[in-house]
Parts: sequence; C-alpha cells; structure tokens
Amino acid sequence: MVRIDGKGNGSCLVCVRDLDKIYTRGSEEIHVLQGLNLEVEAGDFVAFMGPSGSGKTTLLNLLGGLDLPTSGSIVVAGDEITRMSAGKLTDWRARHVGFIFQLYNLIPVLTAYQNVELPLLLTKLSKSDRRKHVETALAVVGLSDRMGHYPRQLSGGQEQRVAIARAIVADPTFLLCDEPTGDLDRKSADEIMDIIDRLVKEHGKTVLMVSHDPRAAERARVVLHLDKGVLMEAAKVGGGA
Amino acid sequence: MKSFRLVWANLRRKKVRTTLTIGSFTVALFLFGLLAAVRMGFRGGTDAAGADRLDVINRVSLILPLPLSYRDRLLKVPGVAGVTYATWFGGVYQDERNFFPQFAVDKDTWFDVYADYVVSPEGRDAFMKDRQACMVGRALAKRFGFKVGDRIPLRGTIWAGNWEFNVAGVYDGGRPDADTSGMFFRGDYLEENRAFGQGSVGWYVVKLSDPDDAVRVTKAIDALFANSPFETLTQTEKAFAASFVKQMGNVELLIMTIGSVVFFTLLLVTGNTMAIAVRERSGELAVLKTVGFSDIRVLRLILAEAILIAGQGGLIGLALAKLVIPGLSRALPMLGVLYVSPLTFVAGFALALAVGTAAGLLPAIGAMRLRVVDALRRV
Repeated sequence: MVRIDGKGNGSCLVCVRDLDKIYTRGSEEIHVLQGLNLEVEAGDFVAFMGPSGSGKTTLLNLLGGLDLPTSGSIVVAGDEITRMSAGKLTDWRARHVGFIFQLYNLIPVLTAYQNVELPLLLTKLSKSDRRKHVETALAVVGLSDRMGHYPRQLSGGQEQRVAIARAIVADPTFLLCDEPTGDLDRKSADEIMDIIDRLVKEHGKTVLMVSHDPRAAERARVVLHLDKGVLMEAAKVGGGA
Repeated sequence: MKSFRLVWANLRRKKVRTTLTIGSFTVALFLFGLLAAVRMGFRGGTDAAGADRLDVINRVSLILPLPLSYRDRLLKVPGVAGVTYATWFGGVYQDERNFFPQFAVDKDTWFDVYADYVVSPEGRDAFMKDRQACMVGRALAKRFGFKVGDRIPLRGTIWAGNWEFNVAGVYDGGRPDADTSGMFFRGDYLEENRAFGQGSVGWYVVKLSDPDDAVRVTKAIDALFANSPFETLTQTEKAFAASFVKQMGNVELLIMTIGSVVFFTLLLVTGNTMAIAVRERSGELAVLKTVGFSDIRVLRLILAEAILIAGQGGLIGLALAKLVIPGLSRALPMLGVLYVSPLTFVAGFALALAVGTAAGLLPAIGAMRLRVVDALRRV
C-alpha cells in the first residue's frame, strides 16, 4: 500500500513527511520538492514518473541518504535518516540501500565479480562468505559465466545486470533505481525490468524507481507522478504485482 | 587490506601515467642516493676521523712542509701518546687519469697511530723489511688489480723521476665507508731519493692519551712552535678533514640545494598527477561513497595510491643507486668512497613515502570532501 496524503498509520517501511528541498542559486531559491508525503510498505514496487526537473532524482537522492532535505523527515525501517550525521548515514546506506544507476556506474578496472564484491568489502564477511554472496547475486541476474569479465567486455544490458547484482549483494532493505533502462535498447530494458520484477515478486524486495519509460513504469505496482516538486497522483497499474 | 585490490587496479588503470610517475620517483631517489653517496664521500674523512688524533700542519699553508725534527719535540708535549707523519707524493700511475693519493709515511708509527686500518701481520712485516714497500688500500687494489708482490711504477710530479714500489700488503678500513683508495709507502725511501726537501714532512699526526685533552694539547703544540720559521696550526683530525673538504667549496649546500629542488619538483609533479587521477574518477569515487565507503576510507584509498607509487619508485631508484654507485666510485675515485649506506637507503625510502603522502594529501582531501550528488550529476 502506497500513500501520498501523509495520513498513514506509520507502519510503513519508508515514511516521508512534509519533505521540502530548496536549492539556492545566487539570490534565487528553487523549490525542487514541496511538502512531499509518501508511505511505502515493505515489498512495494513504486515508480516515479514526471518531466525533467520535476525532482524525481532529488527525491531518490534524499531517500537514499545521498542528500539532505531542507525540511521534513524521512524514516526508513525506523531510522530517521534526516537526523543522521554524514558518517552514520554512510554506514546506514551500506546496510539498507542498493543503488542502480542509469549509466551502470561500474568501476572499469574491476571485474564483474570485483564490482559486485565492493559493498561486501565494508562488512566483516570472510573471503569465502563474500564469494558465496557474490556468486549468488550474479546467479540471480544470470551472469554467473561473466564473473571475470571487465565492464568493457560486457554489453550495456549485462553491465546493468552487474550493477543490479552489486545493489542486491549486501541484501539491502530497499532498492533505488534511477532510470535503470534509460540507456538500454528495448530488449535489454525488458530483461532488466524482468530481473527487477523477480526481485520484488520472488525475493520480496522493496523497489523505488525513477523512470521516463512508460513500459518500465507499468511493471511497478504503483506509479506516482511528480510535477514541480509535488506528488500529483497515485495510479495503480495493471501490470504490477 | 581488503581494498588493496582496488588501489592496485586503479594504479594499473593508466599504465603509462603510473609508470612515468613511478619513473620520476625512481630518478629522484636514484639522484638522492647518488648525492647522499657523494656527500658521504666528501665527508667520509670527516666522519671517519679519529677523535683521539690531532693534525699538525704548517700555519702558512698545508702544502708547506714542517721539519722532521719536530717529531721528537711533539712527543715531549704532555698528553701526546704517539706521533707519526705523512707527506703528499703526487705520483702518476701510467696515465694522469689514473689518479689516486699516495703518501710517504713513517713506517714505524703510521699503522700504530692509525690503528683503525686493518693490515695483516705478514703485510706489516713485509712493509718493515723492504725499503720500497707500499701498502695499497682495498679499493685501490680492486681498481687496478694490484696484489701482494706486484711492482707499481709511479712518475713523480713533485719529485721528478721514476719511482718503483713493491706491494707488501693490502689494508682495509675499519668501516664500510672508510677510504681505501690510497697508497702508503715508506718515508725513508722518499727521504733518500728525493732531490729536495730532505729533513721535512708534509704534516704530523699526533695521537692523544686522552681525547678530552685535545684543546689543551692543541694550544700547547702551537705555543711550542710559535715565532719559529715553521709555525704550526694544530687542529683535530675532524676539523682538518672538514677544512680540506671546504677547499672544494660548499659541496654540502650544493647537494642539499639540488636535492631540495628535485624533491619539490617531484612533489608538484606527483601532486598534479594525483589531482588529475582523482578528477577523472570523481564519478567512481561517488559510487564508492554511494555503496557505503566512508569519506576517510576514500581518503585512505587515494593516499595509498600515492604512497604505493612513491614507494615503488623510491625502492627502484635506491636499488639502482646501490647497484650503480660502487661502479661509479671506481670510475671517479677523486670523489672518495661512494656507497649507499643502510641509513641512506632507509632515509631515502622514508623521504619518498613522505613526498608521496604530501603529494597525495590534497587530492585525497578533495576526494574525501566530494559530494556524491554533485559527482553523480557530472557522470
């Protein structure tokens, strides 16, 4: 169940209250997000759509603890991230958030295996445990046979699958996807959306996704429209879970 | 340690750039090793100088002689345990490029006063028995392949004529940096065969009973010969060696200046390289922070890269210096004994790491302060 009216009972996984984000450019103030409320429960798959500059990526950055709001609060799994210090926020991010970017953002000098292993380097897992996790994550995205390949040796779709494996390897609380199919052809985009779909349906992952692509968005359980910093409507889409 | 693979992979990202940066450290540390060796070569006599020895020279100039008769008078000065003397010979072996120092010394006392020279009993015995005997230093013997029993012909430049010497033994220094590039021969052989200057010596070396008594004995000796035709200037061997080095100019300052300029340039070059590397990878650094790498961890990654570059270059440079400098020392004996001491090696390596750290610090702080949102926007 996804609510944007701020009247939920607080049992949500992601609870956003009265969120404002204002950028200042010289003397000009740009209100990117205005009084935004959002409640997302565990296992939801939410897509945010909207024109460029509507604040989609800013919202995603705030939900992922990459940026701080001007006012309002974000509580994720009981942690109010808007009150955390930078150091704590980094730790929190490592434990709770898996990021998937439009341009994959893999480290080009590391193999697929090493890229996926990156978040685990911050944990106390042994080398053999890390290996098990990485192999499982790569198996989930169907790239077990590409572990030793460098990003330049992979197609765009494969790179994005590695990025998904990296996002899920540490078993985060939720996934944030910023235009995950924006740089892919239709076939690869569908494959990526199939994987994200499976993560929600089979693995119970909570996914919040920004997309311009209606075909990608229709896979979500709920599509929210963001315009000029305001969540305008919530629409249920039939293709979702 | 878990992130070492990432550091290593980043170093291999731009192989040419990394190689050139390591190369600049290699060159700088090779130069450091060389300059330190030359400095030690110049200071070798100073450092090796005995604290219990005084040198007595002609007050007017080192090149003017002192009477041989002074020896007995010096022996009577309270606090003097022994006296020996030496005279610069200045002969040429085959060709003027084959320069090495030769000294006519008192056969009875020289190796007693300079007990730090290691001479075999057989060599010492042969030196005493043969009027034309000479002792060659280990480095000199190695340079020209001299061995016991060989005959060394020298062409005199101060005292004309052809002089011949028989190698009675090879002496070693007590320390690795001791100068063994010279030759000692018997003063009585020179005395009997030279055309002028009989009854004189180049300088005296006085052995003290108590090194703490040096100031008093120094004054006593110079007072003894004051207002004579051959007034003396007595100084500790260390001061004597230092003044000898000073005749060649302020070598130490020159070396330090060159070294400082080289390392400052290295700091700028490496700092710039690291800054470029960080700027190029700002998106990747942002991704690392996104997945949970802390600011401090990112700072450490960048610093580790800079230090690894510096450490590798430093080690190669110093190892090269250690390999090459002994050969250079043999080729340029006028520079004294050149070698890279363990202390030089450690100091050089520490310096390389310090420069690496300093060069990497600003870019690393920049990476640490990088805002994820800004960096991702630029990707």
